[in-house]
Amino acid sequence: MTLIAGDYWSMLAGCLVAIPCAILGCYLVLRRMVMIGDAISHAVLPGIVLAFMLTDKMDTLPLLIGAGSLGMLTTFLIEFLHRKVRLQEDASIGVTFTWLFAIGVILVSTFVSNVHIDQECVLYGDLVNIPFDLMEIGGKEMGPVAIWTLGLVNLCVLAFVWIFYRQLFITTFDPSFAVAIGISATLWHYALMGAVSMVSVASFESVGAILVVAFLVAPAATAYLLTDNFKLMLGLSVLFGIASAILGYLLAISLNSSAAGGMVTVAGGIFGLVFVLSPRYGMFSKKLRTLFKVA
Amino acid sequence: MADQNTTSATPALEVHDLTVSYHSKPVLWGVDFTVPQGTLTGIMGPNGAGKSTLIKSIMGLVEMNSGFAHILGGPLEKVRQQVSYVPQRESVDWNFPASVLDVVLMGRYGKLGLFKRPRKADKEAALSCLEDVGLLPFKDRQIAQLSGGQQQRVFLARALAQDADIYFMDEPFAGVDAATEQAIINLLKKMREQGKTVFVVHHDLQTAPEYFDWMVFLNTRLVANGPTKKVFTQEVLKETYGGKLSLLVQVGDLLAEEGLPPRKG
Repeated sequence: MTLIAGDYWSMLAGCLVAIPCAILGCYLVLRRMVMIGDAISHAVLPGIVLAFMLTDKMDTLPLLIGAGSLGMLTTFLIEFLHRKVRLQEDASIGVTFTWLFAIGVILVSTFVSNVHIDQECVLYGDLVNIPFDLMEIGGKEMGPVAIWTLGLVNLCVLAFVWIFYRQLFITTFDPSFAVAIGISATLWHYALMGAVSMVSVASFESVGAILVVAFLVAPAATAYLLTDNFKLMLGLSVLFGIASAILGYLLAISLNSSAAGGMVTVAGGIFGLVFVLSPRYGMFSKKLRTLFKVA
Repeated sequence: MADQNTTSATPALEVHDLTVSYHSKPVLWGVDFTVPQGTLTGIMGPNGAGKSTLIKSIMGLVEMNSGFAHILGGPLEKVRQQVSYVPQRESVDWNFPASVLDVVLMGRYGKLGLFKRPRKADKEAALSCLEDVGLLPFKDRQIAQLSGGQQQRVFLARALAQDADIYFMDEPFAGVDAATEQAIINLLKKMREQGKTVFVVHHDLQTAPEYFDWMVFLNTRLVANGPTKKVFTQEVLKETYGGKLSLLVQVGDLLAEEGLPPRKG
């Protein structure tokens, strides 16, 4: 297996998808909102296509606005169906995102014909082609566009959880108490879902709408099994995300298969390994503990 | 700690014509009462009487259909810094990756505003509150490793860390062993001595008259509100609890014997 320069760009893009997904994923896992994250990552599709149809190019800003508003709409619809119509939460999620996603699929297949956006790319991503879409400023090549977009999203997400760490922490652990001391649980719920929408749209080009959710859940869930400290959980999940991206890409190259598929396979593999071997919650140590009756 | 314009004559809590319903079924109906400052008040009533809902609507967690609740003479927003809330222990996931100190520090968040981070003083305040509830040696434990009683005391320490004047506590004695219950009630009585006002949703009629000097009896509607000596009567209990009388007879007998039931540690 020989790697060319483009492979490094693709791997970097994979890591830049994995990092913000892992961070936001920690919040989703602890809030039991992973499926809302899944819903958003699918439902942003019509927003992406609409933004593309209106501007006729893949500009970052309209895309982020389009996807962001669809993400908000999804969050709102789920809340509305669950609280006002009193439909079960999983049913509310299922109805909302499949519908929006289907609209997106129809829009893509009927109104848009372009190399950058087709069903294949939207569903499975196109990590391998990322190095070929280069950014040019004043005639100078500045590296792949996707790297810049993802880098920007990384900065935004990191700043968001850094600056508002306390607000996100308290509304995740105990929303009632947060509201009682004047920190709006609703506001931070929507802010978090906005961030998830942003990350989803930035990631869909690389890994596709279907596999974004794996990056949201797997590294965070793996980290959850290993630690009792939230900050450590954030750090570990980022590490697992990066490891999945790099090892997964290498796996895909050696098997000559889909890059995103390889990454998610590795992410799942790491989770399985940790699940078995984790000192605290792992099956292995539980067996040992029952065998030797140690606390 | 009270504002200049709130004297001790200002009621701690004034609830007026409060109606709350879940899905068009009323849980609280036209509830009207006033409680003075410096009391340790029991909010009593059978299951489903709306006790927790009363506290939640006062704290703005549940929408009111009509009426209002004023704390220290004004709406909650004006006095939020002076009001503390202890939710039911089961309302959170105790497997959350947080330490005891992390949770108690949350009590300081309300005073910090949007961008400020907790300082050394906040940490020291949190540690001293942990000491008050006897959990200082547990400060670095993960909260899942605590017993139910210890978790309840973590919530209490978090409320203490708010350094408020009015405290609303939703069933702080639920699932707590007798020793912890005694420790908590001693703490609450100490808070009352310091001039704080404490509201406690409580179930146990046996212990109630010994714990509280003021009582609010609810059963969707307000049944009675006043000093324990005045309202802890057989008629009020009968009206509040209706048919469930076996316990009431016991309590009533005790009342007849010596005015208030004794409590032995």
